[in-house]
Amino acid sequence: MNFDLTPEQKMLQDQVRKFAEAELAPVAAEIDKTGQFPWENIKKCAKQGLLGIVVPEKYGGSGLDFVSLAIAIEEISRVCATTGVIVAVNNSLVTYPILTFGTEEQKQKYLPLLCSGAKIGAIGITEPNAGSDVAGMETTARLEGDYYILNGTKRFITNGTEAGIYVVFAYTNKELKHKGISAFIVERGTEGFSLGKHEDLMGIRASGNCELIFEDCKVPKENLLGKEGEGFKICMNTLDVSRVDIGAQAVGIAQAAFEAALKYSKERRAFGQPLCEFEMIQSMLAEMATQIHAARLMVYYAGFCKDKGMPRFSKESAMAKYFAATMAVDVTRKAVQIHGGYGYTKDYPVERFYRDAKILEIYEGTSEIQKIVIARELIK
Amino acid sequence: MNIIVCIKRVPQTAEADVKIDSTGKDIIKDRLAFDMNESDSYALEEAILLKEKFGGTVTVVSLGYPETEDTLRIALAKGGDSAIRIKAEDFDEIDGYKTAVILSSVIRGLPYDLILTGCMATDDYYSMVGQTLAELLDIPHASLVTKLDITNNKAQVYRELEGGLLEHLEVNLPALVTVQTGINTPRFASLIAIRRAASKEIKIVGKSDISKDIISNATLEELFYPPVGKRAEILTGSIDEVVTKLATIIKEKGLI
Repeated sequence: MNFDLTPEQKMLQDQVRKFAEAELAPVAAEIDKTGQFPWENIKKCAKQGLLGIVVPEKYGGSGLDFVSLAIAIEEISRVCATTGVIVAVNNSLVTYPILTFGTEEQKQKYLPLLCSGAKIGAIGITEPNAGSDVAGMETTARLEGDYYILNGTKRFITNGTEAGIYVVFAYTNKELKHKGISAFIVERGTEGFSLGKHEDLMGIRASGNCELIFEDCKVPKENLLGKEGEGFKICMNTLDVSRVDIGAQAVGIAQAAFEAALKYSKERRAFGQPLCEFEMIQSMLAEMATQIHAARLMVYYAGFCKDKGMPRFSKESAMAKYFAATMAVDVTRKAVQIHGGYGYTKDYPVERFYRDAKILEIYEGTSEIQKIVIARELIK
Repeated sequence: MNIIVCIKRVPQTAEADVKIDSTGKDIIKDRLAFDMNESDSYALEEAILLKEKFGGTVTVVSLGYPETEDTLRIALAKGGDSAIRIKAEDFDEIDGYKTAVILSSVIRGLPYDLILTGCMATDDYYSMVGQTLAELLDIPHASLVTKLDITNNKAQVYRELEGGLLEHLEVNLPALVTVQTGINTPRFASLIAIRRAASKEIKIVGKSDISKDIISNATLEELFYPPVGKRAEILTGSIDEVVTKLATIIKEKGLI
């Protein structure tokens, strides 16, 4: 049993934290306000090697492990949740499935672009009428000659407005139900592919969230990711990985909220003493620190399971995501509460943390879905 | 160009609640974060920039406890080629002079054209290791340098003086330069560099490798909190009353 980070992971934590504080933190409030996709941040992250953390060096990545990926997402999210999710999506929802299920040609063609920041990635699973119910998707793909013809609409797609490379799921055979879903790599500019409504979000406001519209979209057949009918498996396998990163994002946001609340509670005085001297404030601070600590251990453990080579670790990643997301919403709420009226203003960052945290319980599988995943693993 | 950079791992005390330990000669460090001394990180960056321009090697040396290896490894990830930790645990009551003597013993055996150090350490503010080290090695030095270049095998050194003056010195190599903060923008190590540095060996040197007996002529007697000044005055009353009193004092003292 060893809870210590490796020397490599410790260095990464130190350097990503300093990088994030120096380069990303100064613009976090501004991009939240404007909703403008932070390309400058992404270019800087690319230079640090943060866009392809687990991708081997030969494809332009950094060649690190999944615990390192989680630590990096945590540290970025601690200062800017928007940049955190953009980077997390590029890493675990786009480069990971291409690396794991792609052909050698696909890896050589797309991974260097995604790791260098020349293109950012997005994934299209959710649809207007199918969120948690993945198999309820309506997008179809039919093979005609050298092309798959895609038709349908994807909704709430992070990085959607800015991405150059999309991993998109569609039915190639509806009769086979979830076994009839296939995955495709779709490039921006492909004939028949356009962007729809740009969402005005409550939190993670600059994450380029929009609709993807496919109208007789001609995708070259060599862009099929994996085999026909493997889409659902690719999707679930990918979500196992990405849920660790959303858990890490939750830990980062909560950590930021806790640090702000602790600082404020020492500075702000009421009834002749600092807030932190009141037992009810102490109770909240103790709960917050404990909740974050527990979530962080669960997130790192889920990453460790992947690094250890467990073929499926759905239960561990779902537990980490479910617990960390719930934790982050609660911790950020407490941070606002400790700040009182000031916490409800934009003069302090905790209201942003609170808004940023809420999505964690919804995207990449709602908390309710996570509990179903956990329960099914328990009873099978 | 072979460059040696001396770095120190120091507690981050700027925003911490610093307390003196039971010996009265040190601070309690258990709960403090540690990091590379600020001006040392600029010295390291300057060395890496020179290496990128002229080629050669950067060797990073630190007198420190085992945790210092974390700091040295980050220096390697940023572009250092090799690192040496001199075991601080082998020595008692290390001060600036002793540090310089110990460093000189180790550096004397290494090839170098230039030695860079930070201009001062933020834990003790002695600002003496660089200059003393240069004297012990019998090489020229320049301190508090804000710009550095190498031409014709000489260091072109720029220093900021009071009154908006700049001083330009040409210093023969090998030389030692103590670097001021702000001379460059220290980089963050990329993830690939971190991965590569993780497996690099750090050479460990102990007391048995240091030939000299070291006697310091200055010894630390005591650390203490300064007494509260008698001239400090805490203004009390309502905000309006306090502001009125403050404005009166400022006017009386002729401060505006």
